[in-house]
This record gives sequence, structure tokens and C-alpha cells, in this order.
Amino acid sequence: MASDTIVDPDFKVPAPERVGEEGKTWSHVIQNLVFTVDHKKLGLMYIGAGLLFFVVAGIMATLIRIQLFFPRSTFLDPDVFNRFFTMHGTAMVFLVGMPMIFGFANYLIPIMIGTRDMAYPRLNAFGFWVFFFSGLLLYFSYFGAPGLYNAGSAPDVGWFAYSPLTAKAFSRGHSTDYWTLSILLGGIGSLATSINILVTTFCLRCKGMTLGRMPLFVWLFVVVAFLVIIALPPLSACQIMLTLDRYLGAKFFDTQAGGDAVLWQHFFWIFGHPEVYILILPGFAIANEIIPVFSRKPIFGYPIMVAATVMIAFISLGVWAHHMFTVGMTSLGNTFFAISTMVIAVPTGIKIFNWLGTMWGGKLHFDLPMVFCLAFLFQFLIAGLTGVMLSVVPFDWQLSDSYFVVAHFHYVLIGALLYTFFAGIYYWYPKAFGRMLNRKLGFWHFWLFTIGFHLTFFPQHISGFLGMPRRIFTYEAGRGWEIWNQLSTIGVIIQIPGILFFVYNLIYSYFKGEEAGDDPWDAWTLEWATTSPPPEYNFEKIPEVRSRRPLWDLKHPDDPDWKFE
Amino acid sequence: MMAVGMTGVHAQGAGADLPTHMVADMFKPLSRPAEMIHETSLLVLVICAVIFFVVAGLLLYIVVRFRKKATDNTQEPPQIYGSTNIELAWTVIPILITVVLILVTSRTIGEVQNAKLPEDALQVRVVGHQWWWEVHYPQYGIITANEIHIPVSSKDPKKARPTELILQSADVIHSFWVPQLAGKTDLIPNRTNKMWVDPYTIGTYFGNCAEYCGTQHANMLLRVIVDTPENFEKWIADQKAPVPPPQTAQEIEGRRLYYANACVNCHTIGDSVSKGIFGPDLTKLMTRQTIGAGVAPLNHENLLSWVRDPQILKVGCLMPNMQLLDNEAEAITAYLETLK
Amino acid sequence: MSSAELTNTASDWKLPSQRKVGMICLILTESSLFTIFVVAYVWYMGKSLNGPFPKEVLHVPWLASIALFGSSFTVTIAEKFLHKGNRALFHVWWLITIALGAYFVYFTGAEWYHLIYKENLTISTNVFGSTFYSLVGLHASHVIVGLILLSIVVISSFRGKLDPGHSEHVEMIAWYWHFVDAIWVVVLTLVYFISVNY
Repeated sequence: MASDTIVDPDFKVPAPERVGEEGKTWSHVIQNLVFTVDHKKLGLMYIGAGLLFFVVAGIMATLIRIQLFFPRSTFLDPDVFNRFFTMHGTAMVFLVGMPMIFGFANYLIPIMIGTRDMAYPRLNAFGFWVFFFSGLLLYFSYFGAPGLYNAGSAPDVGWFAYSPLTAKAFSRGHSTDYWTLSILLGGIGSLATSINILVTTFCLRCKGMTLGRMPLFVWLFVVVAFLVIIALPPLSACQIMLTLDRYLGAKFFDTQAGGDAVLWQHFFWIFGHPEVYILILPGFAIANEIIPVFSRKPIFGYPIMVAATVMIAFISLGVWAHHMFTVGMTSLGNTFFAISTMVIAVPTGIKIFNWLGTMWGGKLHFDLPMVFCLAFLFQFLIAGLTGVMLSVVPFDWQLSDSYFVVAHFHYVLIGALLYTFFAGIYYWYPKAFGRMLNRKLGFWHFWLFTIGFHLTFFPQHISGFLGMPRRIFTYEAGRGWEIWNQLSTIGVIIQIPGILFFVYNLIYSYFKGEEAGDDPWDAWTLEWATTSPPPEYNFEKIPEVRSRRPLWDLKHPDDPDWKFE
Repeated sequence: MMAVGMTGVHAQGAGADLPTHMVADMFKPLSRPAEMIHETSLLVLVICAVIFFVVAGLLLYIVVRFRKKATDNTQEPPQIYGSTNIELAWTVIPILITVVLILVTSRTIGEVQNAKLPEDALQVRVVGHQWWWEVHYPQYGIITANEIHIPVSSKDPKKARPTELILQSADVIHSFWVPQLAGKTDLIPNRTNKMWVDPYTIGTYFGNCAEYCGTQHANMLLRVIVDTPENFEKWIADQKAPVPPPQTAQEIEGRRLYYANACVNCHTIGDSVSKGIFGPDLTKLMTRQTIGAGVAPLNHENLLSWVRDPQILKVGCLMPNMQLLDNEAEAITAYLETLK
Repeated sequence: MSSAELTNTASDWKLPSQRKVGMICLILTESSLFTIFVVAYVWYMGKSLNGPFPKEVLHVPWLASIALFGSSFTVTIAEKFLHKGNRALFHVWWLITIALGAYFVYFTGAEWYHLIYKENLTISTNVFGSTFYSLVGLHASHVIVGLILLSIVVISSFRGKLDPGHSEHVEMIAWYWHFVDAIWVVVLTLVYFISVNY
């Protein structure tokens, strides 16, 4: 029953056995990684693997940009280009975005709610390895996919793989099968991890940690995990259908036999739009932790923030067809999905205002995590507004599938999500490794990456306005697109050193960084109550909390939160 | 790979002397549906710009006003947990803005999507192929490819003759997008979509396939050639006129080779036995401005290159290299050049 | 959230059972998966270009359905006896449950054999075949998983490895079995009662 999950506060944890501590060899390290079920190690492995795939997919994006620098460039063959954007998109969503969010969730949720591990540690390890294998499987397509026909290597159907382009008739060889199986497999890992997150937060909170006292970070991940378990099965289902089509001759998407190409789009986007919120809510979650600490104030309107998140998640399940305004739906259908899409802007707006409200009257400390969060706010504002433009159906008839859309979702996924990932890494790195990330290198990273990011993606709004469709490997001169594409490519060249500063900083600070101590930011949630890095059992004694900010209560016994909440 | 560049100026093909609208700026609409979209877009842009400046200004103000100053003491600022009234305010204001947007949007959706076209509207059936456009004029019994000729319409509803596009696909999903004429609509196999354009000024309008459709998606280019009603009728008559038979020995040899090779399996030429429908109709090939769905201007050099090996101009296109000898390719080219 | 409520003792800090929350999550996600296959079936009703059509080949599986719905009752009865500590009757009812489930799987096999060999309906015949086999097959595979779980319980019990501490495990397996049953209500209604009009 429930009580057996609560750890006796008087229980003395035995000193942990340090496997291979003396004479640590590489085989020990690898053994340690492969066999571990510790949520913190798995969390770091998720983030590490995510960064690895981020670099690979980023290199592909760079090559894409080089190809588009000149009109009629012959740097890449069309098929190579098409594979690059497919692999770039698929990898960034499924092999970078998803593992990074699960990495943060894994590392932080158990510590934030004051427990020793996730509810199902072995399932947790299973989830990670299934994800990792799905990533290798996807990239193995470059070697394995030519198959008997020697036709195609990596998938080249785009990350949403509209049927019937994925049918055997149009996608010969095995590249699409690799894509399908990899995503199916990755989906199983994500489902396992999400169920784990839900069970952990509902069943393993420390004493006093009521739902209303959970850090917003945890709340948002509960919502994310719910979205995953509801929205991911449609993706798995349509991958199963596609596999049946390709291997057993089923007719789900066979337009010759009465199948419907649009059905794929419905199923894919029933997953695909909630997926956007699955990715961005963790970004909000990170901002919810960082902005209050660096403003020295509690989050403004905690209950409203929770309610807005739940609202966003709920509405996001009913907006999918706004990706399909050009397929010829009835005007009624178009209007319905326009309304539901616009309504989602309301809770999103509430969130932005609450962050501003949190900062208002505070004392803003411009440390690296906060600087990245401020950039996030600014960029997310732009992304949100371009999203509103896209929800206006007539405007979308022009903008859909143009470079404007590319700019929009890169502002969401890089400008908002990746920036909060960076903020989160600068914020929690001291916790995970006991050393601060170098501030100077960090600011080099911030400025180079920010300038490069805007230079890359802002011009894409304009080339979209000028009629440039996405996913074209080349374009003719004289259409007015050259200058905007060239600015974009130059932007990438500026982003790259930014990323190099970041990676160098991660390695440099691991060895030479300033000692962090347990609580370098003078923060308030439970992860700062334990050592840096935390022991395998997280807390020597399971804490007991009385408010949303237990460490504030501890530091300000004269003015504790629980008196006011 | 792409040996031949493109310019906006072409000496050849019907309508080549018209002004070109190569920069397809959606904020310079030249057709009624595009203009309706444009009006809505401007309103939305203004609303979004105002929101942007207000919120970004607020953010900037907060960052400057509430930054920690060197002179500050170490005391924490007052701890504020929230305020129902303020929360209510910034819930209600976005709702009001949303209502405005919804009203504007739904009105324009109806106006564009449910517009009643006059009885005499020109009908053009466009069928998407990997990677070219098949164009039918059911009212005239004409078939052509890639370049759509339509008459100019008018802002005056009495004189207007809009064009209705009936969109279908033969293989995968494509999307018809000529930004200055209208928004895009997908061409989906096993479905029929409709859209309409109503251009005000003559000229050649540029567009693209906007839905990724495979290897040569980028070179599935579109031209809509809008001319005066008189010139349009002239073009129709010209398309219907019989093709003169080949004259020179080389042209006659070219015709023999055309029928002796697999060309006939994929291409149609008039009423001859060449009845293939997999590739573009060649009946009036030489009245077009471009070859390979806009990948290169149609001239002797490019046509010869295409006949010898289409994979040079458009790598990955579905027409194979027919392994012709030099003199064969030249003869076939000479024959094709009589198709005007 | 006053300070007063925090002065309570540890015994008042109750959290939901891990197994129940986990099983609810699993059932939610499975329901979402089934929903998509159900939607695909509905979407393609009457859209097949060639036969065989549902009305020609489908017959309501009364006996199999009664068996499967009955097994939901027998599993509940078995659980009752487990709670009472009556192992013999628990075994009897649990085995009846397995037998009913097994009959259902046998029926599905026989039905598919008939459809494939006698009616020439395969997954690649038409969109009806594709949606029918995938939906019914997905359900049947869940019945098989359920049967394996039920068998594990009865085998552990025979080997004396099932003690009272496992009652919640058994309950969760029963939940899963009820879920599989509930899905059959939807599949039966849709496939054998509604789609036979097409």
C-alpha cells in the first residue's frame, strides 16, 4: 500500500558502495553507465545523448544552409539534401527534444519532490536504452537502408512523412522502414518514461509535499507526461499502419484502393501538435524555476500558472488540423480549428504576463541562467505572435509550408526551448557536477548564439513572405530570396562558435570550474538542500516541507512562506 | 548538375513578352482572393506588432528598472505571491483580442472559400505529377503542362472572369501556390480540391509546389501567364490548330525515331498514336517558355540536352536517359521543335 | 494550507498506490492507441472499392462475446475467493477465466481462418480488410497478453509463490482484463453491429 513507499525518516542509509572508485578504468565507467538505474545518471545520459544528436543534426542543418547560400548551387545533390532535412527534423524532435526533456525530468523530479529515485528505476533505464537504440537505428539507415534495390539510403520523406510519399511505390528500398521503426521504438521509450514520471510524482512525494506545493517544474512535467501518454499512441498507431501498408500490403494510405492520404495527416498531427506543447512546456518548467530565483521573488500567481498549463494541454489536443488548412477542409472545419488555435494563445499569454509579474518589483540578477531566460521570453513572444498569424486561416493559406513556418517553429524550438535548456544547464550544472560553469565563456556563448540565431531565422520570415516554400534544395535566381538565404547562412556560421564555447565550457568547468557548494544561487527548492553532486540516495534524511519554497522557510524563519500561501 | 541558369527574360514561348512578376511578394497581391487574404493579414500583423511592442517594451522596462544595482543592500525584495485582479485583467484582454481575430478570420474564410463564381468562369484542371503540372482546359479540350494561361479579370464584378482551378494529383500530395494570385491549396490523390484566382493585371506570375513531394520538389515550378482576353482566345486557337508535319529529312528521321523509341509510352502528341499520359503532353511543346517544369528555358540547347539525358538538367526526374546516339538526339530534337 | 495541517503525524501522509496509478496510466495510453484504430475503422466504413464487404462476411460472435464478458465476472469472483483465502475456489474460478479467454482467442483464430481461406478477405484485400484485421488483431493480442498474465498468477499460486501481499498485483491484472473486455464492447458494437450495414 501507500505507506510502504514513504521512507522512515529515522532510517540510516548505509554508506554506498563505490564501484570501481579506486583504479577507475574506462570499462568501469562504461559498465557503470550501462547497468545504472540511478535517475540522476540516466538523466545526465539523456541530456548527453541529446546533445550528441544535437551536434549531428546541427551539422546537417549547417550543410543545408550552405547549399542554400547561392541560387542553383550544386553543393549537395537533391536526394542528399532531402535526407538531411528529414534526418535533421526527425532527430531534433525525437532524438534531441524528447531526451533533453526526459533528462531534466529524470534528474530533477525525484530530488524536487524529495524522494530517492523514480518509481520504476529499471523501467527508467529501459526507456533510456530504447530511446538510444532508436536513435542509432535511425542513423544506421545511412548504412543499412539501401537493401536489395540499392534505392535510397537515409529516410527522405520529411519529418512528418506525408503519405502516399511513404508508400512502397514512391519510397523504394528500406529507408522509410528505418524511420518508422525508429520512431515506433522511441515512442515506447517515451511512454515508459512518462508513466514513470506520473507514478513518481503522484506516489513518491515527501511528507508535506501536497500537489499544491510541488514546484511548478514538477507540475508542468506532470502535464507533459499526461500529454505524452495521450498523444503519443496516435503516432505509434499510424506507424503501425504504415508498416502494415509497406510489408503486408494493407491499404490504410493506399489512394489507389480507396485509402485516404489525409488520414495520415490527421493521425500524425493529433500527435504532432500536442508534441509541440510536450516540447515547449518543459521549457516553461525551467523558466518557472529560474525566473523567480534570479528575481528574488516567488512565482507570480502559482495556481493560475498551473491552471494555464492544464488549459494549454487540454486545448492542444483539439488544434491539430491547423497544420492542414490547405488540404481543402470545409470552411466550418477551418473556422473551428482556427478558433481552438487562437484560444490557446490566452493561457499562453497569461504565462508570459505572470513571468513579467514575477520580475516586477524584484531584484534581477543577470547571471547566465537568467540571461538565457530573458532571451527566451523575448523570442517566445515573437514565436507566439507568428503562431497567432499562422492560426489566421487565410494568412495561413499563404504562409503554410513556406519559410515563414520554418522561421516560426525555429523560434519556438530554438528561441524558446533550446534557450531554456541552456538556462537549465547553466542553472543545474553546479548541482550535477559540483562546479560552476565559467561565466565568461557562458556570455560568449550567449551573445554569439543569440546574434547568430536571430540572423539565421529572422530573415526566413521575409523569404516566406516572398513565396519561398520550405524543403526546396535549390531556387532560381531573381525570385528575391538570395539575400535572405545568405543572411541565414551567415547566421549559422556565427552560431557555430557559440556552440563550441558552450561545449568547451561544459568540459573545462568539469575539471577547472569554481567550486559551487550546495546552493550557489541561494535558491528555494529541495534540490538545493542536498550536496552537489547529490549522493545516490539524494537525501540522507527524507525532507519534510511546509510550503512551495522549503529553503526559503529555512533561510527566513521569521518570514516563512507557509504563513502566506 | 544544373548547368543552365534561369533568368526572368525569355525570348521563346507564348506570353514571353509579358511583364514578369518574379518576386512573388504576398504583400503585393494582384488578384481578388490574394487581396482579401492580404487585408486580413495586414490587420493581424498590426495587432501582433502592437502586442509585440507593448510586451517587449514592458520586458525592457522591467529589465532596466528592476535590475539589481551595485548600491542595493542584500535584503530580499517584498515577496508578492499574486493578485487576482491583475490576473483577471491579463486574462480578459487576450480573450478580447482573440474574439476580434476569430471574427475577422471566419469572415475571410467564408468570403474566399465559399465565393460564388460566375457561370462563365474559366475552368482549369491541374493534375500534380512528380515533378510537373498537367493542365487541362475542359471547356476547350486543350491539354498542356506547367504553364497555365488564363485571361485577365477585372475589379469590376460585371466584367470579371475569374478562373476556377480544379486540383487533383496523380501520385503524391502537391500544393499549388502562386502567392500574388491566391493562397495555396493542396493537390491530393483520390480527392478533388478547388480554388480560384481573379487577376487584375497581365503578366507572368511565378509560383512553386509548396508541399514536399520527393526528389525534385524544388524544381516543380509554376507559371501562370495572365493575358488580355483577346490574346488568351488567340492562345486557345493556337493550341487547337493542327501542327504542321515535319519538313526536313532530319525532322522526318526525328519523328521516326520518336515513334520507334519508348517516347510514345509516356507522351502524347495530338491525335497520333503517341498516347502516353505519364509525362507532359508534347502536342504544342514549342509554345512553352520552359522545360522540365521551369527548370530551364526552352531553347534548342536545353531541349537537346534534355532529349539526350534528362538527368543532366533535372537529376532524379522520372524520365530516364534513353541512351540515344548524338545524331538520334539531334534528330528527335529537330522533330520536337516542329511542335508549335 | 495552514500550518495546523502540518502538525499531523506521518501516518496521515497518504499517497496513492504506485501500482494503481501505473495501471491507470497504462490503460489511458492503451485507450488512446485503440481510439486511433477505431477511428480508422469508422473513417473507412463503406469506402472499400471491392469486396468482400462487412455485411457479406461478418457474423455476430455471440458465444465468444458471452465468453469474454463472462470472464470479467469470473475473474471478480476469483478475486473475492482470494481475499477470503479460499485458494481452491480461487483456482477454479481463475482457471475458468483463463478457459473463457482462451476460447475467445480460439474463436478469433477460427474466424480469421474462415475469412482468409473461405471468404478471401486478407489485410491487403481492401480498406475493410486492413482496418478489420488491425483493430480486431490489436484487441486479440491484448487478450493474449492478458491470458499470459492470468496464467502467471495461477502458476505462481500452484507453486505456492502467491501470498496475501500479492493481492494488489492480482487486482491490477483483473483491471487489465476488465479493460480488454471494455474494448471488446466498443469493437463488437462497431464492427459486428454497425459496420455490417455497409
